[in-house]
Amino acid sequence: MMGPEAETPYGFDPPSAREEMESLALSDVPSSDYRSAMSSLPAALSAASVDGGGGDPLLSPPPHLQFPPASPASGDGSSSSASSFLDPPSYADVIFSPFESQHNGGGGGGDHGSFLRRDSSPRSARAATSDYLKISVSDPQKEQETANSLVPGAATYITYLITTRLRSAATRDGDSVPAEFVVRRRFRDVVTLSDRLAEAYRGFFIPPRPDKNVVESQVMQKHEFVEQRRLALERYLWRLAEHPVIGKSDELRVFLQAKGKLPLPTTTDVASRMLDGAVRLPKQLFGEGPAAQVAPEDVVQPAKGGRDLLRLFKELKQAVTNDWGGVKPLVAEEDKEFMEKKEKMQDLELHLTTASQEAEALVKAQQDIGETMGELGLAFIKLTKFETEEGIYNSQRIRAADTKNVATAAVKASRLYRELNDQTVKHLDTLHEYLGLMLAVNGAFSDRTSALLTVQTIMSDLATLNTRIEKLEAASSKIFGGDRSRLRKVEELRETIRVTEDAKSCAVREYERIKENNRSELNRLDQEMHDDFLSMLKGFVINQVGYSEKIANVWATVAEETSRYARGSN
Amino acid sequence: MNLVLCFATGCRGRALRSALSKVLFFAFVYDEIMISPERSPPRSSSQSPRSPSATPFLSISVTDPVKLGNGVQAYISYRVITKTNLPEFQGPEKIVIRRYSDFVWLHDRLAEKYKGIFIPPLPEKSAVEKFRFSVEFIEMRRQALDIFINRIASHPELKRSEDLRIFLQEDEETMDRARSLETGIFKKPSDLIQIFKDVQSKVSDVVLGKEKPVEETDPEYEKLKHYIFGLEEHLAETQKQAFRLVKRHRELSQSLADFGKAIKLLGVCEGDTLGKVFSELGSKSELLSIKLQKEAHNLLMNFEEPIKDYVRAVQSIKVTFADRANAFRQHCELAETTKLKEINLEKLNIMRSDKAREAEIEYRELKAESEQATRKFETIVRLMNEEIVRFQDQKTADMGLAFHQFAKGQAKLANDIADAWRSVLPKIEACSLNSQHD
Repeated sequence: MMGPEAETPYGFDPPSAREEMESLALSDVPSSDYRSAMSSLPAALSAASVDGGGGDPLLSPPPHLQFPPASPASGDGSSSSASSFLDPPSYADVIFSPFESQHNGGGGGGDHGSFLRRDSSPRSARAATSDYLKISVSDPQKEQETANSLVPGAATYITYLITTRLRSAATRDGDSVPAEFVVRRRFRDVVTLSDRLAEAYRGFFIPPRPDKNVVESQVMQKHEFVEQRRLALERYLWRLAEHPVIGKSDELRVFLQAKGKLPLPTTTDVASRMLDGAVRLPKQLFGEGPAAQVAPEDVVQPAKGGRDLLRLFKELKQAVTNDWGGVKPLVAEEDKEFMEKKEKMQDLELHLTTASQEAEALVKAQQDIGETMGELGLAFIKLTKFETEEGIYNSQRIRAADTKNVATAAVKASRLYRELNDQTVKHLDTLHEYLGLMLAVNGAFSDRTSALLTVQTIMSDLATLNTRIEKLEAASSKIFGGDRSRLRKVEELRETIRVTEDAKSCAVREYERIKENNRSELNRLDQEMHDDFLSMLKGFVINQVGYSEKIANVWATVAEETSRYARGSN
Repeated sequence: MNLVLCFATGCRGRALRSALSKVLFFAFVYDEIMISPERSPPRSSSQSPRSPSATPFLSISVTDPVKLGNGVQAYISYRVITKTNLPEFQGPEKIVIRRYSDFVWLHDRLAEKYKGIFIPPLPEKSAVEKFRFSVEFIEMRRQALDIFINRIASHPELKRSEDLRIFLQEDEETMDRARSLETGIFKKPSDLIQIFKDVQSKVSDVVLGKEKPVEETDPEYEKLKHYIFGLEEHLAETQKQAFRLVKRHRELSQSLADFGKAIKLLGVCEGDTLGKVFSELGSKSELLSIKLQKEAHNLLMNFEEPIKDYVRAVQSIKVTFADRANAFRQHCELAETTKLKEINLEKLNIMRSDKAREAEIEYRELKAESEQATRKFETIVRLMNEEIVRFQDQKTADMGLAFHQFAKGQAKLANDIADAWRSVLPKIEACSLNSQHD
């Protein structure tokens, strides 16, 4: 439904189809998935190390890029490497009974580029319902801006190679669709995608896109920046793909699959929109008839992003009246449940922010202690070497040996701390993710607010129009035989009212639709957040337990070896 | 317990005194172990573990720091309790009150008199005013002083010193007097004076046109010097890292506390069972924060301090190096001067001069001095050789213990962490079972 006209398709998507999709998405994750997800956790626990890159040629480049702290969680088997050191009994007894044998989770190449989920976390259970198996962003290339730039000369930009693999080579329209797509996109295309989605999926929690960066072109080209952006894009696309509704959207499909130029209408900048709107404004104000009316199809988009300045002003006025006028608006937010949920979301956002910050601080503290332990170990090693080289007495030899044991233990512990932390980062990342999602939630709530505002504005309009008709009719009735010009005017007004009533129905329908989207998304969020947080806590705890046990063992050995000194001193 | 002590020390009757001493002993033990956990660190239980426990025994403990005085003149006093069966001491037990500068007095006197012996090092004087009365600093100092005095008491030579006896036995007034006598001259640490003397003689050597200052050329001694200087460097680095590790423990403790609190708050937003998991997790996090704080303290007292002590000991050895160098120089100079005098004397004798008699007397005096200087030097060399063996043995034991405490502490901490987190798992399990039925 990607016609050249921007406005019609989105508004008039038959709601039924969408609802179908939504309900499909919801029921697509039966409880059995979760059960199997939970029980297969031991399997994930024993899955091989996360560091795999497989031989997958589609994996994004530099292998030297280790997990940046922002790397999203595969919250599940991230404890995998922990358990591979552990003796099953110390663990399995506590948690699960059958401790399954090791198996290589998923299709290898964990978090290293394309977020393959292993079959064991709630996320992977959800991901399994996506149309997409894998999306990876790679191969940033510098390209030149061709003609059309106001400033002649080379404006360069970066494009990225986006590789998509479909879950099934399912047939569409009878032809078999290739399982894999490769396209090249630039960041501007991503912005376009994000804007189109925001228009089309009002009321949904749309994952927020990576920031536009207002930086110099010099910085733009630095490898670090490009790499950060590449990762961010990957995460973003994957999150879109995971969303039960948006993942199946045409916009995303087109973005991922259409070769060549992105066939989505671009967002025009504010200036030209304002210009267009300014052109229309006189007609709206002074002309009567169609120009003055709000086109029904327009009402399904918020006034802000559009060209209808008059409508913008009207809605602004309505908003002010709502807030400061003494009169209660004709339609108001009545859903108590929603109000409660909204408050809860605000609380959640607040607490998530703090938790996210403290999680980062914790990670840093863990990192620091590991580093210092390592440096202490190194200092001891140097000391040992020194004593060994220059030692004469037997007591020196003994001491050098003791020092060496401590040094080795310290270095081991340091390494364990580092691994522990790498895993902790991944688990606690869930906090950061959900904090980011709060943005999407706020967006969805404001979609609702602006849709309600539109309805309220139209209803005010209608009230005004009706009042005018009344006045005109009253005035006309005083004149004998009726006032033809006035009566004509009344006819025109009635016509306007009819159109406006249409617009009102559209607006109300839109509002209800958004309300429903809000509701279903809130439910989805509740469920997913519950599962993800539980998974996060579980992973975090198991991780800590595993590594702490190992660190304890390392030191217990040394304590044993040096215990004779304790006895001697008493 | 204090009352009993006063009573006991004031007692005349022997039988009564010994009976009371027994009571005292038990009371003391009880006091140290049970009543005052904040006063007695892991190492100091009923007796100082470093005191020799063979039949003639001398056991000392430095306890009970109390702040005395006001304002700028405020200081900490310690109770020094001596238990012994040696005849030189006034009875089986004696308690005196001493302050840090008394310990410094003792140290400096010993350093003057026992050249060649590695005098046990003192803890540093605190430079930062604010820190001077912090609980931690006082505890560290007390522990270090306890170690110091017991090392002296177990050293075959030093334990016989008169100064030690004065320190342990005399009343506070006598101590004050003795200390103020020395204050003027010996206030500065003795090694500063040594360095000053060294510089003096080096300067005079250069001025007098001597190419090199007179130094020993003993290769083994050279090796030893090289070893000690290198050791100091390595130990300093180790101590720095150990101290940093203590700090990291404290930082982790803080962030665990903050994290726990934040997680608990977040849990409030969640549903019932999940909320409980969050809450439990948060509580455990806060619990672990406390454990980490404790371990940080343990690390400081039982790992970082011994390493710092090691560094001080090495520095004390360097002082002895300086002493030895001085003694050597003196011995050389006097030997030379004596020789010159001898030659001069012979000349005078041949010339049958009147000055010969005088010169003879001078010569004999000088010769005696020279011999004394030589003896002094040789004593230092001999003592050092013995001392270095003692030093190595002692350090192996000290570091061994420190390593043990370190490893034990870390193991316990890690186990505590594992236990705490493990205890959350049942709740998590319950929650996930719950959610599956949704």
